[in-house]
Amino acid sequence: MRAAMRSEEPQVRISIGSRFEHIDLIQVVVDDALARLGLDDDSRHWVGIAIREAVANAIKHGNQQDPDKEVEVELAIADDQAVIRVIDQGDGFDPQEVGDPLAPENLLKPNGRGIFYMKSFMDEIEYSTRPDGGTVVTLRKQLVEVLAP
Amino acid sequence: MKIEARHERGVTIIEPKGKITIGVGDVALREAVAEALEAGARNILADLGGVTTIDSSGIGELVSAYTSVSNRGGKLKLVNLPPKVTDILQITQLISVFEVHDSVEEALASFD
Repeated sequence: MRAAMRSEEPQVRISIGSRFEHIDLIQVVVDDALARLGLDDDSRHWVGIAIREAVANAIKHGNQQDPDKEVEVELAIADDQAVIRVIDQGDGFDPQEVGDPLAPENLLKPNGRGIFYMKSFMDEIEYSTRPDGGTVVTLRKQLVEVLAP
Repeated sequence: MKIEARHERGVTIIEPKGKITIGVGDVALREAVAEALEAGARNILADLGGVTTIDSSGIGELVSAYTSVSNRGGKLKLVNLPPKVTDILQITQLISVFEVHDSVEEALASFD
């Protein structure tokens, strides 16, 4: 089955409290939806890692692990792309502040690789801030294989 | 996740299985390495053959473990990397930091 919808109306919307143990639940639900949309096992693994990173950042850096604050995850299909949005209730976040994990001085740092992995595994990643201050991370992945001319 | 540890030829072998991800497997890995170091281990071999998923926190714990062991004059080496773990280490150029072996026997011999 291939995605034929053109709108970005969410197919899946999940809200969780800010606890790391809930990340598995999000991954299972989104993985199932992407499988039904025809994304292969390998691609789903890497998209799953990217989603894990986005949700982990929302819980840790966005909501400061406050279990009363929610992280919302939406999956929509638009122009044969899976569009995943991860929305937190934090005070906003500037991705430019994160250093390059490949720089020699950062190579052995224990953190700072999450956004890099998201960029590596997705076709597109975009950060925005909601009027009330929460961060929205939008991750896009092509669902249909692009054939060479 | 409980990580099994055993000793062979003066090397502590730890075997994390399943997910090494934020809040769960990463904590278990940190504790396993800390326990091994507290027990006097100098050289540690992490057998990652049973790892299904690793995220940036898991990778961060591997890096921290590498630094902790190195700072004590020992070595942390990796063995039996699943292809996806190899991929994620390559992407962040950490594959060149860790000494990686294909078998436990080969890895143990490298500590001699």
